[in-house]
Amino acid sequence: MAVRTLPRLDAYAGNPEKKLTLYMLMLGFAALLLGTLFGPLQSFNYGGLDLYPYLKPLIQSYYQGLSLHGVLNAIVFTQLMAQALLVYFPARELGYRPNMTLAWVSWWMAFVGLAIAAIPLLLNAASVLYTFYAPLKAHWAFYVGAAIFVLSSWVSVYIVLQMWLRFRRENPGKITPLVTYMSLIHWLMWFLASLGLVVEVAVFLIPWSFGWIEGVDPLLMRTLFWYTGHPIVYFWLLPAYVVAYTILPKQAGGRLISDPLARLAFLMFLLFSIPVGFHHQFADPGIAPGWKFVHTVLTMMVAVPSLMTAFTLAASLENAGRARGGKGILGWIRALPWNNPSVLALLLGLLAFIPGGAGGIVNASFTLNQAVHNTTWIPGHFHLQVATLVTMAFMGTAFWLVPHLTGKPLVKPGLAWASMWLWFIGMFIMTFALHWMGFLWGIPRRAHIAESPAAMAAYQDSLPWMVMNIISGIILFVAAIFFFYVIFATALQAKRDFSEHQEIPFTEAVSKPEGNALALMTDRVWFWFGVAAVLILVAYGPVLLQMFTNLNPVPGMRLW
Amino acid sequence: MNHEEHAVIERFERGWLIFGVGMIVVFVVLIAYTMANFGGSIPVGTERVDATKVRTEGQFANPRLEQVGNEYVAYVQAFAFGYSPSEMRVKRGRKVTFYVTSPDVQHGFMIERTNINVQVIPGEVARVSHTFKEAGEYTIICNEYCGLGHAGMISKIVVEE
Ligand code: HEM
Ligand SMILES: [Cu+2]
Ligand SMILES: [Cu+2]
Repeated sequence: MAVRTLPRLDAYAGNPEKKLTLYMLMLGFAALLLGTLFGPLQSFNYGGLDLYPYLKPLIQSYYQGLSLHGVLNAIVFTQLMAQALLVYFPARELGYRPNMTLAWVSWWMAFVGLAIAAIPLLLNAASVLYTFYAPLKAHWAFYVGAAIFVLSSWVSVYIVLQMWLRFRRENPGKITPLVTYMSLIHWLMWFLASLGLVVEVAVFLIPWSFGWIEGVDPLLMRTLFWYTGHPIVYFWLLPAYVVAYTILPKQAGGRLISDPLARLAFLMFLLFSIPVGFHHQFADPGIAPGWKFVHTVLTMMVAVPSLMTAFTLAASLENAGRARGGKGILGWIRALPWNNPSVLALLLGLLAFIPGGAGGIVNASFTLNQAVHNTTWIPGHFHLQVATLVTMAFMGTAFWLVPHLTGKPLVKPGLAWASMWLWFIGMFIMTFALHWMGFLWGIPRRAHIAESPAAMAAYQDSLPWMVMNIISGIILFVAAIFFFYVIFATALQAKRDFSEHQEIPFTEAVSKPEGNALALMTDRVWFWFGVAAVLILVAYGPVLLQMFTNLNPVPGMRLW
Repeated sequence: MNHEEHAVIERFERGWLIFGVGMIVVFVVLIAYTMANFGGSIPVGTERVDATKVRTEGQFANPRLEQVGNEYVAYVQAFAFGYSPSEMRVKRGRKVTFYVTSPDVQHGFMIERTNINVQVIPGEVARVSHTFKEAGEYTIICNEYCGLGHAGMISKIVVEE
C-alpha cells in the first residue's frame, strides 16, 4: 500500500505547552458558550417573560438550564481558566517546560469528566443545580464526572509544585519570582479548599447514587460543600488578580507599585479563604451561632487582601496613566489605554468589583444576611464578581493570549472592544435589578417565577426592575455573540504568523522583593501552608467532628 | 518614580488600610451587638428528627398554630411544594415562635418584610421567632430550589389588629 504522507507542519513543535494551554482555554470557552446561553433566558424569567416552553424538545425545564448555567460557568469554565493560565504563566516566568505528560493527563481528565457529567445534565437527569444539595439526588454519572473533573485540578497543583521545587533546587537562597509565587499559593489554597468537595462527592454522594448507602446527611453535605464553596470564589478570583497585578500595569504602560505587598495579599488569601464557609450557612439550623460568628470575623479578614489589592492596583494604574502623560487628580484615568480591549476588560471588571466587594460585606454580616439570604440579591452580588471581573479578566486575557499561543492575529478588535463594553453595561443593569428585587421584595433566587401565576402576583410590585432584567438580558446576549465570534474566529482562522513572537507582558515592580523582609517572610511557603491547615482545623474541626459522629441520613429524591 | 513619591504612596497605603481595618472592626462589633439583642430571628436548631417520619410521628405530624398564653407557637412542615398549615392568622404585637422542618428535601421559609429567613433542612428542626408590629398579609416564600414546583411554593400569614 502506498502511503503518501504530507509533511505536516506542527506549529507547536518547539512549544508543546502552548498547544496545551490553548486546548485548556478553548475547552473553557466552549463550556462558557453553552452555559452562558441560558443567562439571558434567566434574566427574561426575572422579567416575567417565559421562553422555556419553546425549548421543550431540548431543555425540559428552567432548572435544567440553570443547572447547566451554574455548572458550566462557575465550575467548569473557571477551573479550566485557572488550569490554563496559572500553569502556563509560571512556566513562562521561570523558563521551564511543565511536565507535558501530566499536563495532558490533566486535560484529558477534565475533558472526560466533563463529558461524563454532561450526559445526565443534558438528559435532565441531574437538574440539581451546581450546589447539588442532598437529598435531591442526581444520576451517578453526574457525581462521577464531577469528581474526575475536579481531580484533574490536583494534577495542575502537582505540575506547578514540581516547577517551583525545581526552581528552589536550582536557585538556592533566591526568592520565588512573583508570578510563580502567586500561582503556587493559588494552587496550594485550592488543594486545601477542594478537600471538602472531594470528600462530599467521593465518600458520600457517589456511593449513595449507586445505591450502596441508603441516605446522606443533608446538613453535613451542605457543610462540606460550603467548605469548598467559599474558597472556590478565590480559586476563581486569584487568576484574575494575577493578571491584574502582573500583566495589566505593563499593558497600561506602567509598573506594579509593590511586589512584596502583592505577595502579602496572596498569602492572606491562603490563610483566610477557607475557614469562613459558615457564612453560607447563616440560615442553617444545626450549627451553633457562636461558630457562625467565628466565621463571620474570619470572613471580614478576607476583605483585607482585597482592600490591599484595590490600593496597589489603583496606584499602579495611576503610575501608568501618569507615565502616559495624564495630569491632575483624575487626568491619569483618561490617559489609560481604554481603546485596548484587554486593558478595557480589566478596567471595567475592576470597576464592577467595587460595589461587588461592598455587597460581599453585607452578605458576610451574619445578621444583615437574614435580609438577603437566597433572594435574587445573591446572584446579583456574585455576577458582579465572577461574571463581571473574573469572566472579563479571562476574556480580556484571551484577546492577547490566543494570538500569543497560536500566532493568529485577533479578529475584529473593534468588536472585541464593543463586546466588553456591552458585557459591562449589561451586567451592571442586571445586577442592579437583581440586588434590589431581592432586597426590597424578597424575590427568591433559583425560581421559575415567569411560569407561576402565584409568584407573578406576589412579586408584581417589582415591575420596573423586571423590565431592567429583560433589557440586560438582551444586551448580554449581544455581548456574548460578539465575544464568542471574536474568540472562535480568531482561534479557527487559517492565517498563522509566528514571525513576530511576543513575550508575555509581565510587569516590572517599583519596590522589589530582593532583601525585603516582608517578601522573605511570605516565601516560607510550607510554614504558611501549615498555619492555614491549623486555622481550618480550629474553625471547622469541632463542628465537623460532631457532624461526622452524629450522622442523620435522609434518602434521596428526584423532584424535577 | 523617586523616593519622595514612594514615601507618599506608602503613607496613603497605611492610611487606607487603617481605615479599612477600622471599618471592619466597627462591622464586627455591630454584628455582635445585633446578635445579642435581636437574636430571635436567627435560626437555631432545636432537635434532630427522622425526616422519613415527620409526617407520621412527633410534633410535626400535626402541623398547627397554637396560642400559648399571650404568644403563639407554630409547628410548620415545609414540603414539596407547600406549607402546612397552609395559612396562619395571628394578632398584631404578639410574639410568634416558628418551628420548621421538612419531610422531603431542602426548602426555604422566608417571610417578606421581616428578618425571618430559614434554610429548612430535612432532619433538622429550626426555631425562629418574630413579633409582627403591623397588621396585614405577609407572604411566606420558599427560597431554596426544591424541584419543579418550587417557584409556586408560596403561602401567607395574616396579621390582624
Ligand atoms: C450572559 C451572561 C449572563 C446572564 C444574563 C446571567 C444571568 C443569570 C441569572 C438571571 C441568574 C439567576 C437565576 C436564578 O437564580 O434563578 C444566574 C445564575 C447564575 N449565574 Fe449567571 N448569567 C450570565 C453569565 C454568567 C457567568 C459568566 C457566570 C460565571 C462565570 C455565571 C454564573 C452563575 C451562577 C453560578 C449562577 C447561580 C446558579 C444557581 O443558583 O444554581 N453567570 N445567571
Ligand atoms: Cu462566601
Ligand atoms: Cu422551593
